[in-house]
Amino acid sequence: MAATPIPLEVRNIKKRFGETEVLKGLSLKAHKGDVITLIGASGSGKSTFLRCMNLLEQPDEGDLLLHGEEIRFKQTRYGREPADWKQVVRMRAKLSMVFQSFNLWAHMTLLENIIEAPIHVLGQPKKAAIEQAHALLERVGLTARADAYPAQMSGGQQQRGAIARALAMNPEVMLFDEPTSALDPELVGDVLKVMRDLADEGRTMVVVTHEMGFARDVSSQVIYLHQGLVEEAGHPKEVLDNPQSPRLKQFLAPKY
Amino acid sequence: MLDLQGYGPRLLEGAGVTIQLALLSLALALVLGLITASAKMSRNRLIHAIATVYTTLIRGVPDLVLMMLLFFGGQMGVNVISDMLYDSFEIDYYISFNAFAAGVLTIGFIFGAYMGETFRGAFMAVDNGQIEAGRAYGMNNWLVFRRIRFPQMMRHALPGLSNNWMVLLKTTALVSVIGLSDMVRVAAEASRATHEPFVFLLPVAAAYLMIASVSEWIFARLQKRYNIGFGGH
Repeated sequence: MAATPIPLEVRNIKKRFGETEVLKGLSLKAHKGDVITLIGASGSGKSTFLRCMNLLEQPDEGDLLLHGEEIRFKQTRYGREPADWKQVVRMRAKLSMVFQSFNLWAHMTLLENIIEAPIHVLGQPKKAAIEQAHALLERVGLTARADAYPAQMSGGQQQRGAIARALAMNPEVMLFDEPTSALDPELVGDVLKVMRDLADEGRTMVVVTHEMGFARDVSSQVIYLHQGLVEEAGHPKEVLDNPQSPRLKQFLAPKY
Repeated sequence: MLDLQGYGPRLLEGAGVTIQLALLSLALALVLGLITASAKMSRNRLIHAIATVYTTLIRGVPDLVLMMLLFFGGQMGVNVISDMLYDSFEIDYYISFNAFAAGVLTIGFIFGAYMGETFRGAFMAVDNGQIEAGRAYGMNNWLVFRRIRFPQMMRHALPGLSNNWMVLLKTTALVSVIGLSDMVRVAAEASRATHEPFVFLLPVAAAYLMIASVSEWIFARLQKRYNIGFGGH
């Protein structure tokens, strides 16, 4: 047993939707400070794989370990499910997810969004949560928007707000599900900058993205998925600059 | 001015009965409605089937018939229980099945089914991403319900709830049939005795209208509150 347990490890994840097998046995180890990017064409299973990591999707097979603690599953007539939902809830509180469509809670102000889970899930005192929220808002450049509702904010502001919400949980691993795909091109840069800063300060991150520049500059490991399998994986320099498989070559080739 | 010929206090009492009956029935209907909506969204087939039978039954049988079934049936049920208690334990315990309770139970039961449909539609209108975000941040089902699903569902449910409430309010007039002295029954008695129906029925109509107007105002405020953050209003 290693001295420091691995923050997040998934082994041999398989997932079917009806007859279609979308994940055919995927594994991943995120050590502390790792930034792992998952790339691949749409339909390659990268988002589903990410969503299996915090059990928004239930994998049909495979193991999930947080700091060496294994999530327990049981078979029900609806398929395989976690045996202990309390364990899942506890584990999710350590993984924060940033969604493609932001999913800030629409009926709460940005500040309320950020303090919601720290207060109700982690049990932080309200005062401390608010102080922390203001610090995070400053960090993502949204101090002036604390009392705005999500509908009053631009996509880029919403996504930076969602990252602040994720950071407020003080997560051990952050999961990003195509965080810039729903943004207008001129707003992508601000969000990527915040993510680069997080990587620089040693956050452990798993990122599904189409931003090859981000993948090349920031990640410690790139995994290219094709039809639910790992086609190529490794350091971004090897994978992105010297791709071996014809599919990845084609995927990386300039489109126009 | 209207001469209520001494029926004023009794009419006022009747109005009190109407309001109490309506509010208690509403409370019961809301609880039953939430339970029914959850049951109908459940993946457990038995629970789903029970809820479907409930709403189908209610929507297919006249309110008045249900009310009489519950009132007379309820009394028979109470009698059977008190006989059993006496036979087995020699406990002499008798209650008469009260018309007010029967009214609340029946109206609550009927409108629970309608509220259930309203709530179900409203719950399904909540964006799934909002719920996923709650789960992803470690909320259990109860927290997700209390902090996200319920407040976001309400803006979709309120127009339907308001409508159901107005119908419920007017349905309370049916309880006069099972002997409860709500304002309609008092007015009917007074009309028969004095042969001046308009003197008594017009104030009753006005009273219903007043309750309805106050309700409209309350619902408008609720709508505003639950629309916060969604723009438009």
